[in-house]
Amino acid sequence: MTVTEDRSGAEVGRDRRRKEDSRLITGRTMWTENISLPGMLHLAILRSPMAHARITHIDVGPARELPGVVEAIAGRDIADIQGSLPCAWPVTEEMILPDYPPLAVDEVRHAGEPVAVVAARDRVSAIDALEAIEVDYEPLPAVLDMEAALADGADLVHSGHGTNKCFSWILDSAEAGTGDDVGRAEADAEVVIKRRYLQQRLIPAFMEPRSVVVDPTGEQITMWSATQIPHILRLMLAMATGVAEHKIRVIAPDVGGGFGGKLQVTPEEFIAFAAARRFGRPVKYVESRSESMLSAHHGRDQIQDITLCAKRDGTVTGLSVKLLANMGAYLGIVTPGVPLLGAFMYNAIYKFPAYRFDCTGVFTNTTKTDAYRGAGRPEATFAIERTMDELAAELGMDPLEVRRRNWIGHDEFPFTTVAGLTYDSGNYEAATDKAMELFGYDALRREQDERRQSNDPVQLGIGVSTYTEMCGLAPSRVLGQLRYGAGGWETASVRMLPTGKVEVVTGTSPHGQGHETAWSQIVADELGVPFDDVEVLHGDTRTSHKGLDTYGSRSLAVGGIALVNACQKVVDKAKPIAAHLLECDPADLEFVNGQYQVKGSPGAAKTLGDCALAVFTSHDLPDGVEPNLDADATFDPGNFSYPHGTHLCATEVDTETGRVSIRSYVAVDDVGRVVNPMIVEGQVHGGIAQGIGQALFEEAVYDADGNLLTGTFVDYLLPGSPDLPDFVTARTETPATDHPLGAKGVGEAGTIASTPAVVNAVVDALRPLGVSDVRMPCTPERVWQAIRDARNGAHEGGERS
Amino acid sequence: MIPAAFEYSRPTGIDDAVRALSEGGEDAKAMAGGQSLIPMLRLRLAVPSVVVDLAGITDLGGIRDDGDALVIGAMTTHDEVLNDELIKTHVPLIAQATATVADRQVRHRGTFGGSLAHADPAGDLPSVAAALDASFEIAGPAGRRTVPASEFFVDYLTSAVQPDEILVSIRVPKLGGWGSHYEKFSRVAQAWAMVGVAAAVRRDNGTIADARVALTNMGATPVRARAVEEALIGGPASADAVAAAAERAAEGAEPSSDVSASADYRSHLATVLTRRAVSAAGRL
Ligand SMILES: Cc1cc2nc3c(=O)[nH]c(=O)nc-3n(C[C@H](O)[C@H](O)[C@H](O)COP(=O)(O)OP(=O)(O)OC[C@H]3O[C@@H](n4cnc5c(N)ncnc54)[C@H](O)[C@@H]3O)c2cc1C
Repeated sequence: MTVTEDRSGAEVGRDRRRKEDSRLITGRTMWTENISLPGMLHLAILRSPMAHARITHIDVGPARELPGVVEAIAGRDIADIQGSLPCAWPVTEEMILPDYPPLAVDEVRHAGEPVAVVAARDRVSAIDALEAIEVDYEPLPAVLDMEAALADGADLVHSGHGTNKCFSWILDSAEAGTGDDVGRAEADAEVVIKRRYLQQRLIPAFMEPRSVVVDPTGEQITMWSATQIPHILRLMLAMATGVAEHKIRVIAPDVGGGFGGKLQVTPEEFIAFAAARRFGRPVKYVESRSESMLSAHHGRDQIQDITLCAKRDGTVTGLSVKLLANMGAYLGIVTPGVPLLGAFMYNAIYKFPAYRFDCTGVFTNTTKTDAYRGAGRPEATFAIERTMDELAAELGMDPLEVRRRNWIGHDEFPFTTVAGLTYDSGNYEAATDKAMELFGYDALRREQDERRQSNDPVQLGIGVSTYTEMCGLAPSRVLGQLRYGAGGWETASVRMLPTGKVEVVTGTSPHGQGHETAWSQIVADELGVPFDDVEVLHGDTRTSHKGLDTYGSRSLAVGGIALVNACQKVVDKAKPIAAHLLECDPADLEFVNGQYQVKGSPGAAKTLGDCALAVFTSHDLPDGVEPNLDADATFDPGNFSYPHGTHLCATEVDTETGRVSIRSYVAVDDVGRVVNPMIVEGQVHGGIAQGIGQALFEEAVYDADGNLLTGTFVDYLLPGSPDLPDFVTARTETPATDHPLGAKGVGEAGTIASTPAVVNAVVDALRPLGVSDVRMPCTPERVWQAIRDARNGAHEGGERS
Repeated sequence: MIPAAFEYSRPTGIDDAVRALSEGGEDAKAMAGGQSLIPMLRLRLAVPSVVVDLAGITDLGGIRDDGDALVIGAMTTHDEVLNDELIKTHVPLIAQATATVADRQVRHRGTFGGSLAHADPAGDLPSVAAALDASFEIAGPAGRRTVPASEFFVDYLTSAVQPDEILVSIRVPKLGGWGSHYEKFSRVAQAWAMVGVAAAVRRDNGTIADARVALTNMGATPVRARAVEEALIGGPASADAVAAAAERAAEGAEPSSDVSASADYRSHLATVLTRRAVSAAGRL
């Protein structure tokens, strides 16, 4: 940990306005949608109106006759070249991995599945021509409910596989040797809390709809895509279509958000790739918002059955989780792995002695699920933080007291958990104390009492969430153990230009996070160059040939370390050159504030820029020194990063209408050492907003036939700024110990923490009325209904006694 | 999505517009601010062959004082309504309800007349017009006619304005001596009402001399809560009396059940919101 203290430079740790923002905010940049190439055709995709059906007849001929239309194709026209969409995370050997044709060939399995594509000279003609395509569907039963899907004799999503069960995956602490047996814990428990939580389906709702352009006319086929994962996309295109990897170039130009929703290799990308190859002309596809909501992957959608065992003093003795995870109709790039990312997080910040996680993946006739901000970890955190509150209520204890009794003390790190992870650092006491102080916890509890006494129609609730998460994905070794198809390293290279300016190439792929700014700050400190002298290049496999892209709060915690290491290599490489220029022994030099100076005589000095120019001319280099200062580094983390924190939320619940308003919200996060506090603040704000979205507003709803009812933003409600309170944010700083930067990931923390804080607050407000749960999102109607049900229940109870 | 192709005309006079609509027949559509029409075009829920843009017709704008009433031109934007002194003084209920419509951008384009002609039962202004007993001047091939609020809202998204007609202006009686309040309930701030209540109350010391209550989104058209009005009028201006009257808010209403709320819940909300709206209007 002392390493990190040596690195307090001028740039790292300071607020810097993001250098990329003016072009992103004004739109004066290259988005995929802006790209126009000579001879380019525009694609429109016809999508299935049915959740499950056999395609008995399809004729694209009439569309071909329309003005502007150049081609129209159905699935069978490109069946030989379209490939099957890949899943990179076969979580068990037995897992069912169904064929996933980008363009359906003879069966559709969810509403919105692509069935035909039209290519026209302009976008409008392509869209207009869709109506001319003739398709006959023979409806098949739609499988929508996960429990019904698993019952004997259930209708099947993939009839060829004989079951809707995709996989089952178990982590048992007794079997793994990481803890005791949960069955024994339950038998011996003084208190057992059993709860069922429904993680509703969410729509990632990134700002820029997905779009893709493919140019097949060069030596390499070039794909531009609004993606989070250009490197993985290239690899997957090569592996799934048989086009050689070196013949494909993928570019993620500026990308407008993703939240995991663009951590995907999409049917639309594959269709555009096949269409461009087939037509020999560039093609462009831009989805509409409606298409995006219908068919871009969704998130969450799990049923969680939780059993928490404890002693009457509040000490938890065991936790068992039975999980049903909705895969949707097909497996996306990491669909089955998402619940596994939660598997290690149900024990959260606590010292539970026994744990079992038993997860079943289920196919249904719905849009596939996959990563959405937090991916598996918000679900786990929600369940345990809700249940800790339930335990507190059962025992009549303060919810923070129950947590204190079970959490890992700051002096107990590093700590190996019952799920087998080793948390390197943390200080839950410090974060919680700070949060309580900022929140005015005691005063709010007093006000809550008063409102309860006076039967105020507006009740006050206080919600707690003490979270941690595993991010900085990920140690390759661990990914291998989990059967993930790739490693978790990240790479960076530094190019020293003759004028002393610096180009940095990163394998991360920012889509709104501000890497260009943060990476420049790091380089400025490491190399002693001005912030503005650093250019960060990313997202093009031609300049950045290697990388594992951006998701799982990994870019700084993994990619940032690769960058630090690459910078250090540059500093080391330049040293003999500086010594030569200063006519001294390299051993006598030190690198301080961007200058090589002779120890003890700071007068004579050379900068890296001096060395870069010397290397450029190479007129006078020491013997045997390669004229090259560039360096690259790849970092494979030894451990995950474990940000943590305490979020406190006060809600006012109008018991007459059921409306929940957030009165105050305090977030104290510990994300280790911070490169740019302003960026961290932004991530925390956005994260909390999305977590509140799940708690109170958002839900993707299908009707009984499998049609998406919430297909526009009129029905799929995202909170806007007037719906959110002012967030009070603060930080504690316990550096990560696995790497020299000390930073932990921050991209998902807010979303993971906030959902349970809000729902706990809603339930806390209503508990005296007999309410012990409200299903998410806690809409006014659900809150009202919960109060009504509790009143009726209480009434019956009263009669019985 | 992208709208299907259509012809576009931009007349400058009311008669020209009526002619353009008549010539276009069933497939012609008038466009005011476009804030409801354009989304429908984009989703291809409306596929007109001709769009007649009313924005160039100056005679459709403006708000004027006409003795005991205000006359509001159909093309007056929500934003103009919000900033108009006559409205603030004589029918503050309109200003208060308009302030809850959508967001600033939409209010700068969307129009008072468009909101009413569109006859969306979830819109905020139809129930306000119903509560105020507004009347509507309509121009058609056969000349002008005037329709009272009670006959203007015909069905879901259907007003008395025929495809070849244009809503010219809305006449709203001044509310001297009345208190009024619009109570809107929506899940997020910038959204349509799940339920809304427009109330106007005239007190005579301790009694309620007159009351008008209309409900947003409690049926296919705005609904006058007659049972509430009857219970209030002549009764005491007291919290208990208002609460008792409000219990009858959903009588005769036929709210729908949809993704955002069940009919039961809407009916419940109507009672709570009516109590709140009438209490605020009557300054109780
Ligand atoms: C994001 C968003 C949020 C919104 N939220 C709300 C809200 O909270 N509350 C609310 O009340 N409304 C809301 N609206 C609707 C908004 O108030 C619209 O302005 C209004 O519904 C229609 O007015 P317009 O002038 O845009 O009419 P247009 O969209 O141009 O027309 C609507 C319909 O009325 C017809 N029409 C319009 N004017 C005339 C006329 N003079 N004569 C004959 N026919 C005519 C058109 O032919 C069309 O069928 C929202 C709209 C948007 C886009």
